[in-house]
Amino acid sequence: MTKPTLSGLIKNGAIWGFIVLELIFFSVAGHFWSMSESAFMDFGNMLLLLKQSAPIGIIAVGMTVIMINGNIDLSVGATYALSAVVMLDSMSWPIFAGLGDWVIPVAWLLALLTGVTLGLINGLIVWKTGVDAFIVTLGAMLGYRGLVFMYNGEQPTYHLNWTMVDIAEANVLGLETPSLVLIAVVVIVWLLMTRTVHGRNAYAIGDNREAAVNAGIRVGPHMLLNFALIGFLSALSAVAFYSASGSVNPNDGTLFELWAITAVVLGGTKLTGGSGSIIGTFGGVIAIQLLRKGLGYIGADTETVNLVIGTILIAVLFLDKQLNRKGQEELKV
Amino acid sequence: MTDQTPALRLENIVKTFPGVRALGGVSFEVFPGEVHALMGENGAGKSTLMKVLGGIYQPEEGRIFVEEVQTVMTSPLQAKAKGVMFIHQELSLAEELSVAENVYLGELPRKSFGRVDWARLYAQTDEILDRLKVSFNARTRVGDLSIANQQMVEIARALTVEAKAVIFDEPTASLTDAEKVVLFDVISDLRADGVGIVYISHRMEEIFKITDRISVLRDGEYRGTLVTAETDEDEITQMMIGRSLDLSRNAAPVEVGEVALRVEGLSCGDLFQDVSFELRQGEVVGFYGLVGAGRTEIAETLFGLRTPSSGRIFLKDEELKISSPIEAIGHGISLVPESRKEQGLILGMNCRDNITLPQVDDMTAGPFVADGAEVAIFDQYRDRLQIKTPSWRTSVGSLSGGNQQKIVIGKWLAMRPDVLIVDEPTRGIDVGSKSEIHNLLRDLAAQGYAVMVISSEMPEVLHVSDRIIAMYHGRIMRKFGVGEVTEDSLVQAISGIGGDGQAA
Repeated sequence: MTKPTLSGLIKNGAIWGFIVLELIFFSVAGHFWSMSESAFMDFGNMLLLLKQSAPIGIIAVGMTVIMINGNIDLSVGATYALSAVVMLDSMSWPIFAGLGDWVIPVAWLLALLTGVTLGLINGLIVWKTGVDAFIVTLGAMLGYRGLVFMYNGEQPTYHLNWTMVDIAEANVLGLETPSLVLIAVVVIVWLLMTRTVHGRNAYAIGDNREAAVNAGIRVGPHMLLNFALIGFLSALSAVAFYSASGSVNPNDGTLFELWAITAVVLGGTKLTGGSGSIIGTFGGVIAIQLLRKGLGYIGADTETVNLVIGTILIAVLFLDKQLNRKGQEELKV
Repeated sequence: MTDQTPALRLENIVKTFPGVRALGGVSFEVFPGEVHALMGENGAGKSTLMKVLGGIYQPEEGRIFVEEVQTVMTSPLQAKAKGVMFIHQELSLAEELSVAENVYLGELPRKSFGRVDWARLYAQTDEILDRLKVSFNARTRVGDLSIANQQMVEIARALTVEAKAVIFDEPTASLTDAEKVVLFDVISDLRADGVGIVYISHRMEEIFKITDRISVLRDGEYRGTLVTAETDEDEITQMMIGRSLDLSRNAAPVEVGEVALRVEGLSCGDLFQDVSFELRQGEVVGFYGLVGAGRTEIAETLFGLRTPSSGRIFLKDEELKISSPIEAIGHGISLVPESRKEQGLILGMNCRDNITLPQVDDMTAGPFVADGAEVAIFDQYRDRLQIKTPSWRTSVGSLSGGNQQKIVIGKWLAMRPDVLIVDEPTRGIDVGSKSEIHNLLRDLAAQGYAVMVISSEMPEVLHVSDRIIAMYHGRIMRKFGVGEVTEDSLVQAISGIGGDGQAA
């Protein structure tokens, strides 16, 4: 995990090298193709990029933890949408009518509680039934999305509260609330994974579950905690985003799980568990957002952007495989 | 018999690996209609010889003849084409497919445009199954068959071409007595059809029941061939072991303390039955037996990984119910498992984190892990066990097998256990590190730990143990006290002979 070798450095630094390449490429290419007046690496543009990274980024941090632990969570997009619905709808519930603007923290709390509950449900099912997390959360993805539609049909759920919008668009040193939340989440979860017992054990379980059991580690509770965490982060992402926008469509958050996984994998976390880093995922999130913005900046349309990101994902993992291959011991299958 | 042409003949086969002469000139032949046993201890070279025959290894010297035609084996498939078949101990079948598809796997009969000729496939398979007199048919799904019947499918596979020699590698390891009878019938039918059979087994009773001749390997050398009808167990045992190894434990039995662990009538389903023994502080008790004799399963039960069906476990006279490794660890029982990499280590983690893994819960400063305390523990056990690693940051995956094993042992010593169970302490470890691990186990006993060692290597179990418990088929065959054991009696006990069954 902490082996300071050359190949290790290349691997851990790879995503940041890739980001630098993107910046150089789009700055240069922008000179020739961009319709925009401002430079690509304009400071305001970069701040906006960070803010736009926040919704997927916050979820991707949780996904990193889940994947290091050897699981996966496909239900994050649905959890995100359902938490948003709960938050916005609860603000107009009659029982909270007398609260005035104090309804805002109550609504946030309810949203976060929703996320944690959905995460706990996933975690409990994975722990107690032993069914693969992929299957459990695939079912949850469909089920939770179903709840969103049951709530309000095809109609959007909306509630605009200007105090809440002000908080959501508050600005500290140029960083808006969603960016601040993202940075705080990255730092806290990074500390959780690198410095605490829970983080240590999560890596151990993901790397070799049998050996972890043999060392007396309680596998189930650790997994449960991680599912609660990703549920919380999905809801937090919804809180950060919908506090400003005030309106949620029942299809919002669709494909978030796949974008989150893409960022995590680009950031160097293994699908098989046991290895990966929060900082790498942060890099992965930034790299994807840079690509989107950059390709838009030089005039590419959305379809092209997805094609390019897909191609790069495969190319990066192929490179990673080449770097990681140890001699010829690998079986040819 | 001697004026016949041998079905299969090996001449002076030599195979070396870096630093090891695995086969030192082995010659051996099997005639049509003969069952020829190949015997030897673990590591004597039997499996290497089989891999040479199957073309997986190329020998440096020597020749292979099939019906006196010299043949170079390049792969198991090519060996099969030459009429040499293998029935492996480990089955390799596609469980979701039918019996017929498995029997003809890779060579399904075809019609035009590459379509499978199902009618012919099933007809041909049923024909072979008739010869084997089995109760299932070609369309049965393999996953629905018992292990014994799956083995029949493997045998059917060998009969799709005209077999000249069939090699059975420990075929009865997972069969019940009734299933064995069926297998032996099949073997005698094959024999009657003029097929030459090589039969590899450790089990003396089987050898005497079905074989005509016995060839013995020892330390990669061919030791001779005996006619089964003219020999006895003692002679074979002598040939198999007959080394002059220094077995004197060269130390008087250390002072043995009080009973640390007592097991009474412990059983776990079919795995082991009615196992009783005591383990005292300051002694090493070796558990010896064939693979599948139930030794590992006893260790797993003591460590809470299996639930016993009956029996009692006492730790220092206090009866325990152990239902998980967490509880076992809490009671001071530690297990160094059989396979380090799969069960013992977190390979991607560094040395320090692996050593402190079971106790990291209690090593916190505020919300965080106390790094300094961890490094101190690592340093302590690195020095005590002489673990050779550049630094605590090195990932355990890059250490040698011996040092990896020391990390696993260190991990448990750091928990200060009362009982240390070590399953196959030196599997896959080079010779130099082996003796280091052996000395370490002896030292630990001298320091007052109660050590239980499970080993499949006789020199190891003789060298490291004060007392030895021999197991056969899930039961304790015989218990040897300090200085009581001889190699002959040990080999016989684990082959199911000469034990007293209920030894005190």
